[in-house]
Order: sequence, then structure tokens, then C-alpha cells
Amino acid sequence: MLNYAGRRLLQLIPVLLGMTFIVFLIIRAIPGDPAQVILGQQATEDAVRALREQLGLDDPWYIQYFEYLTGLFTGDLGESLRTSTPVADEIWPYLAATIELSVFAIIIAIIVGVNAGIISAWFQNSWFDYTAMVLALVGVSMPIFWLGLMNQWIFSIELGVLPTTGRENVRDPVDPITHFYVIDTIIQGNFDQLAVVFRHLILPGTALATIPMAIIARMTRSSMLEVMRSDYIRTARAKGMKMFLVVYKHALKNAIIPVLTIIGLQMGLLLGGAILTETIFGWPGIGRYIYDAIGFRDYPVIQSGILVVAFIFVMINLFVDLLYSFVDPRIKYD
Amino acid sequence: MAEAIDNKKAQSEKVPGPWVEAWRGFRKSKIALVGMGIVLFFIAMAIVGPFLVPEGINDQKLGERLLPPSAEYWFGTDDFGRDILSRIVYGARISLTVGFLAVIASAVIGSILGILAGYYGRWVDTIISRIFDIMLAFPSILLAIAVVAVLGPSLRNALIAIAIINVPNFGRLIRSKVLSIKEDEYITAARAIGMKNARILFSHILPNSMAPVIVQGTLAVATAIIEAAALGFLGLGAQAPAPEWGKMLADARTYLTTAPWTMIFPGLAIMLTVLGFNLMGDGLRDALDPRMKS
Repeated sequence: MLNYAGRRLLQLIPVLLGMTFIVFLIIRAIPGDPAQVILGQQATEDAVRALREQLGLDDPWYIQYFEYLTGLFTGDLGESLRTSTPVADEIWPYLAATIELSVFAIIIAIIVGVNAGIISAWFQNSWFDYTAMVLALVGVSMPIFWLGLMNQWIFSIELGVLPTTGRENVRDPVDPITHFYVIDTIIQGNFDQLAVVFRHLILPGTALATIPMAIIARMTRSSMLEVMRSDYIRTARAKGMKMFLVVYKHALKNAIIPVLTIIGLQMGLLLGGAILTETIFGWPGIGRYIYDAIGFRDYPVIQSGILVVAFIFVMINLFVDLLYSFVDPRIKYD
Repeated sequence: MAEAIDNKKAQSEKVPGPWVEAWRGFRKSKIALVGMGIVLFFIAMAIVGPFLVPEGINDQKLGERLLPPSAEYWFGTDDFGRDILSRIVYGARISLTVGFLAVIASAVIGSILGILAGYYGRWVDTIISRIFDIMLAFPSILLAIAVVAVLGPSLRNALIAIAIINVPNFGRLIRSKVLSIKEDEYITAARAIGMKNARILFSHILPNSMAPVIVQGTLAVATAIIEAAALGFLGLGAQAPAPEWGKMLADARTYLTTAPWTMIFPGLAIMLTVLGFNLMGDGLRDALDPRMKS
């Protein structure tokens, strides 16, 4: 197992290097003089020259790449052209906001998706099964930016029960410690604020959760159906065990493994979906950070934002792979 | 004697080809047929719709801004007084064109790379597979955003971005298919009679690895349509005044309180089209690739 983990980590090195190279190319691939493009047509020659120097555009590409890499190893993610602050210093609050939203979404997706899948399999061909599976089919095809707008329209505008945008009450802002507001408000014992934070999480969280929820439900159902036909389940039922226990204690244990694969994949996809969700709900996360940077042609932020998200994505996938062997000891890594 | 007659009978009965068989399988699934119906509806809408709709896409009637759905304007009007139904019908053309073109481009490029990697193996395989690994290491929409951020926002660049991000999916699929086919006996036989590599690749290996590409392609059109709409929504795809569905949604955000219909119908159009392709893709998978049947 340790051996396998080590090898997977080693295999990651070329992938990570390749990622940094692609991200490095982003500025270099801009047609024309990137410094001129970034600063706009009105920029003075001096400003363009200064930016060329700052970005190191006059050196040969391999020296630029090497410097970019050494910079990354020392935690240098470049400096935002817009705020003149090092990206490494300002990125955390955004990242924390995205992680909080994604974790909230995946928890909803798992709880609802897995249970809907189990019940659908348990009562196969019942009205619940049909409804759940039709909803799941629609859910997979849902453009989440549209779902987000529908949510906003129904729950914030028409019913007025949930806030439209943001992650806190701007007149009573959360005092950030970790920048995970749920954790921060709990640490501070401020449960009124915690409730406000939760209310802000619900709409973007459920919008983001929809697609993974649908996929998890479908996977759980088909996986459960397969397991429920096996001999040991028949034995458990024959000895008079309660159906609930058979399903949740025996069947689920074996049915959950393929579901875990899907959950892992979805965790990564959530990061992509978060960008759209954040734009709609004014959620100050990393997606919004990158999106705003595109509007301002703030290329260092675009570069580093993308790199950080991709890095997390790769790490999640690795973690999920390693998790399998804990859940299913039958999986052998040679 | 009887045996001879039986033999004759058997010969005269046509053996259905693989495509006929696949269609028979596909036809059995009601859900897949519904999906195909939806897809055909939107394709027909894209082709003939623009000739049938009452209004031009950019006919502005400022006196009729943000009118709710009515007998005259079935889906209402937008902030420029343009008929939303007409724009959605035109939009089908944009979304389907982007979806199909992007997927065809990525399927062709992905297939070529996948075949090269799978057939030649060794360093060719290593290089191509590593490039795929790296591309798949990015969340796809993020990679698309990066490409558009560099090339500049436009529908054409959105199409290029979507095509690029889908290449590794096809590449990997074909590669694994080629790896399994190339050990088959008929390929060994072809090589034994001195057939050239190129001919083996294109007349034997390629046609035999098509089924999963068609399945993946159908599902990929669905994702490509969503991705194009997402880029349009973010302002990185189609630009005004193009009646692109994602762009229409982005414009509708301002009028969420006063004119929700500007938001409801374009979104519904995206969802239905994507649903159609997804249902059809699921059905095709069951029909063409019996091993993947659940």
C-alpha cells in the first residue's frame, strides 16, 4: 500500500510539471506583445517595458520557465496587476470560500444521492424509483447556471426565504480566523451568525450539488441492485434479519465502492462547477477570483488561480485512489 | 436432402449487419427513443425554424420591452423588445453547430492521437498519454476558460476551447480499444500477408473501434452544448447580439425580478437539448456496446 502510494506520488511529478508548463504558456500564448495586450493600447512605452521586465518576457523561454518554477517552489505565485499584492497572500480567503461551498455541496449530494439510490434499489420499479430516476436523468442534464438562477428567482425573489448573493450579512460581517465561516462562527460561539452563514450556503450549495447528486443516485442504485441479488444477502434475509439492516448494514458495504469512485470524480468536477455557481451567487471564491481577473486581464492571477485549482483537483483524485484500498481490502496494488 | 434445403434456407435469410442489429437494440429502449425524438426536434428547429418564426432575431421594438408570454409573444420579449421564441429557435442553430463541430474536431484529433499511441506504443504512447494525463488534470471548464482567456472571448474561440478539452477523452478511449484490437487474430493475419501499417490502421482497426466513439460522441455533444452555454454565460463565448442560449441567460440576470421569462426559456432549451443527447447516448451505449449494459 505504502509502496503504491509512493509510486503514485512519483507518477504525479511529470503531470504537475506539465501543468505548470501549460499554465506558464498562458501569458506567452497571448497573440502579439502580451505586455501591450495586458496594459491596453494607451499604455506608455515605459510601462510596457517595465511590465515586460516584470514578467520576464525578454529572456529565452526556458529561462523564463525555470524562473517561474523556482518561484513556485518558494511560494511565489506572482503579483496581481490589479491589486499589486502577491497572489499567494490574497488567494486563501477565496480558496477557503470555494472549499467551504464545495464540501457543503458534496455532503448534500452524498446524503441525498446515496439514500435516493438505496431506496430506489430497495423498492425497484416503485413510483419512488421511477420519480427518483427521472429526476436524476434531468439532474445530469441540468445547466447549473440556469438552476442557480431558477433557485434565486423562486427562493429569494418570489418566496423571499433565502438570501440571493454573498456568504454573510454584509452589515454584520464574520470575523475571519480560518476563512471557513462555518468553522469561524462556531469557534467564536456566534450561533446567530452561523445560521446566517448556513442560509447563504443553501442556494449555491444545492445548485452545485445537483449534478453530483443525480450521478451518485444512479450509481448507487445500479450498484445496490447488483449486490442485492447476491447469495449472502439472500442468506441474511432468510435468517429473518430486518430488511433495513440487510440493506444498510450488509448490502451497502459492498455496493458503496463503485459509488466512492464516482464521488471522488465528482469532488474534482465540483471545483469546475463552483466557478459558474460563484458567478451567479456572488460567492467570493476562487472561481469568482479567476473570472474577475479575466475581465481585468490580470494574467498572473489567472495563471496562479488555475494552477492552484488544478493542483487541488489532482490531489483529490490521488486521495480518492488511495482511499479505495482502505474501503475495499480486496483491491490489490501490484 | 432435408439438410441441403435447410442450408439453402439459412443462406437466403439475411444475417443482419452490426448496424441493423444495433438499431434493433436501440429501438427497444423507450427512453432512448424519446431522447432521439428530442434531438431530432431541435435539429429540425435549427434547420427550418428560422424560416418559420414570426420575428427576426434582432428586430428591436423598444415599445414592447420585457413583455410577459402572450398569444403574440409565446415566450415573451427581452429588454430590447426582441421576441424570445424567435431568438431561441435561432439559438438552436448556434448551440448545435458548436456542439457538433467541437465534438467532431475533438473526435478526429483524439482518434488520430489515440490510434498512434495504441498502435505504435513505446515512446509515442508515453508522450501522447502523458499529454492526455496533464490535460485531464485540469477541471475541463477551467481549461476552456484558460484557452478563451488567451485567445480572447468569441464564439469561435469557445468552440476551439471546447474541442481542445475534449480531445483526451476520445484519445484515451480509442487508445484502449486499439490496444485490445491489435492483439486480435485478424490483425496478425493482415500483418502476416504483408499489409502496410497505415492500411491496417485505417481499414481494420479504425472501423472496429468506432462504436465507443459514437457513444462517447453523442454524450460529448451534450457536454459541449453545456460548456458553450457556460462560456457564453460567463461572457467568454458568443457575443451580443448573437442569440446564443447561454448569453441570453446572462442578459436575463438583470431582469430576474421583473421578467423571469427571459431566464426560464433559454435555460429550458439548453436543458432539453442536453437531456435529449444524454438519453440518446445512454441508449446507444446499450445497443452498440453490450458489455457496458447495466
